[in-house]
Amino acid sequence: MRLFSKGFSLGMIALLSVSLVAGCGTTAKTGSSDTSAPIKVGGNLELSGGTAMFGQAAQNSINLAFEQQNAKGGVLGRKLVLVSADNKSDAGESTSAVTKLVTQDKVVAVLGSMTSSVTLAAVPVVTDNKIPMISPSGTNAKLTVNPDTGEVRPWIFRACFIDPFQGQVGANFALTNLKATKAAIMIDQKSDYSKGLADAFVTNFKKGNGTITGTENYVAGSDKDFRPILTRIKSQNPDMVWLPGYYQEVGLIVKQARELGMMMPFMGGDGWDDPQLFNIAGPEALNNTFYVDHVATDDPAMATFVSDYKAKFNSVPNAMGTLGYDAANLLIKAIENAQSTDSEKVRTALENMKGFKGVAGDITIDPKTHNPQKSAVIKANKDGKPTFLTRVAPE
Amino acid sequence: MDSITTQVFQQLINGLSLGSIYALIALGYTMVYGIVKLINFAHGDVMMVGAYSGWFAITVLHLSFLPALLFSMISCALLGVLIERIAYKPLRNASRIAALITAIGVSLFLEYGGMLVVTAQVRTYPPVFPDTKFIVGGVYFKYGDIVMLITAVVLMALLHFTVQYTKVGKAMRAVSFDKEAALLMGINTNNIISFTFAIGSALAAAAGVLMGVYFNTIDPLMGIIPGLKAFVAAVLGGIGIIPGAMVGGLMLGLVESIVSGLGASTWRDAVAFLILILVLIIKPSGLFGKNVREKV
Repeated sequence: MRLFSKGFSLGMIALLSVSLVAGCGTTAKTGSSDTSAPIKVGGNLELSGGTAMFGQAAQNSINLAFEQQNAKGGVLGRKLVLVSADNKSDAGESTSAVTKLVTQDKVVAVLGSMTSSVTLAAVPVVTDNKIPMISPSGTNAKLTVNPDTGEVRPWIFRACFIDPFQGQVGANFALTNLKATKAAIMIDQKSDYSKGLADAFVTNFKKGNGTITGTENYVAGSDKDFRPILTRIKSQNPDMVWLPGYYQEVGLIVKQARELGMMMPFMGGDGWDDPQLFNIAGPEALNNTFYVDHVATDDPAMATFVSDYKAKFNSVPNAMGTLGYDAANLLIKAIENAQSTDSEKVRTALENMKGFKGVAGDITIDPKTHNPQKSAVIKANKDGKPTFLTRVAPE
Repeated sequence: MDSITTQVFQQLINGLSLGSIYALIALGYTMVYGIVKLINFAHGDVMMVGAYSGWFAITVLHLSFLPALLFSMISCALLGVLIERIAYKPLRNASRIAALITAIGVSLFLEYGGMLVVTAQVRTYPPVFPDTKFIVGGVYFKYGDIVMLITAVVLMALLHFTVQYTKVGKAMRAVSFDKEAALLMGINTNNIISFTFAIGSALAAAAGVLMGVYFNTIDPLMGIIPGLKAFVAAVLGGIGIIPGAMVGGLMLGLVESIVSGLGASTWRDAVAFLILILVLIIKPSGLFGKNVREKV
């Protein structure tokens, strides 16, 4: 027991001295003026655990982006190198992974993580150490804006749009492409995602002089019979139905609507994106339905990236891989614009980023929220599979 | 027809097809209660098992609708007997609350055991019926609506015939009336009780297959809400009374569809359970119940 407590206090001393050294390290970091050494970028990624697929895809595409840039001579005459740390898809591990990247590896910026809660755990570390961080695919609004103060988190950025933005894109598509003037809304009462998308749609649809004929609520999980509310919507005779739910209910709703003779377009957000949708509703019922998504691999604008990725990794990149690629190139562009790897200058460059050409859409960062203003993809379901239809700009 | 009338008729069709499912499940509740005075809360989950065995019969054994329905009804009849023998029979002379708690235990066992075996992932029924739509005066209904109503009506008629005009049915009524006296008259009450569970579970299985075919998706927790609704239907009609369960189920389906049709879809479940509370306060014996003085 005595031995143990001795060992324990020794350990504490060791730990304290490590953090002291680390503290010194951060102040010394910007002093490194070696202009030929490679630029180290941290990757706080989900390389194992529940969402390992996301992190691995992103790691592949970040490496691809760096390799391509290095082949062109790197950035500021220096090569880029990715230092990955596995956060095991866990918020606690994310904090220690990013601490290691920042204090030991002395990276100039961090890319990751892919999911919102894991990214959120890394926020205090990069903020304290003043290191810019870009999450490729964290969609939660809290990541970049502190919900308690309403202020933007200065060091956090993202390469994807946030959830309610899909409602805005959906409304624009409904007004201009579907030429709809009357829309009905169906909201999953249990889900903030669904409510957020519905609110954004209503606001923007009304702005474009559209009218909302009615709003109906359902409860995901327990409702299976949607015919009573669909019958109501049918009697209002809308031009289209905005249905921001998840594929399971969406499938049932679209199927039952078609059975009631409602042939108008149905539209929703990325919650639709699952092959199961076609099993539930049947391919025919899903014709004339559309949804907003981050990326479409059959988008012509992505052809080069897809073939490069395929050549290197022998598989088709998914949405996470695509957003990881954009996040990496966004950082490269910021370093170029800043003409420096100084963290404050890179941060400012990211904050003022305008018209960055990403494969998943052009990105302009909103300095007030750090959320990208970027185009989204509209997919049309046709004969049993989603196909790329068009890109819709935010405004 | 003008749009309001069309809408009303459409909602009636919607309500009837949902109500016939409630009625089929409610019949099982009511029969079991009538015989052993037990609210079998596992009944909705037997329906879930029925839906899965139907799914298995259709996708793996490649049976068509009727054989799959029979397969599922037979397997659930066996399951019902098994549940009764293992979980309820040892408690037949214990207090009623003990049996009720056991029923909840069986229900949870089926739900989460099911999740273990078939995973929580939603499964989809393959299309069993042609996608034919019928339009009469602006009111839409599909092939499935008709099959559902016919199946429900045929099964209910069969049940009525069995209970009223067969020897077993007579024995069931006798056991329901007075278990001890029936035993003294030479009726094997244990077999009759098992038989009741078998029939009730088979009806639940039929409801499960119909739900699967009609709504396309099945999951291990699909039995909870319809089970509760069917319980409301059984109480509404008068628990223990077979025609009451049929009428209660159809009425509940209609009420739900009318409430949603009036634009209060979020109140639908609340109204269903409000009916339960009102029935229990105003007429606990239900619509078809006679006020029988409690035997002391």
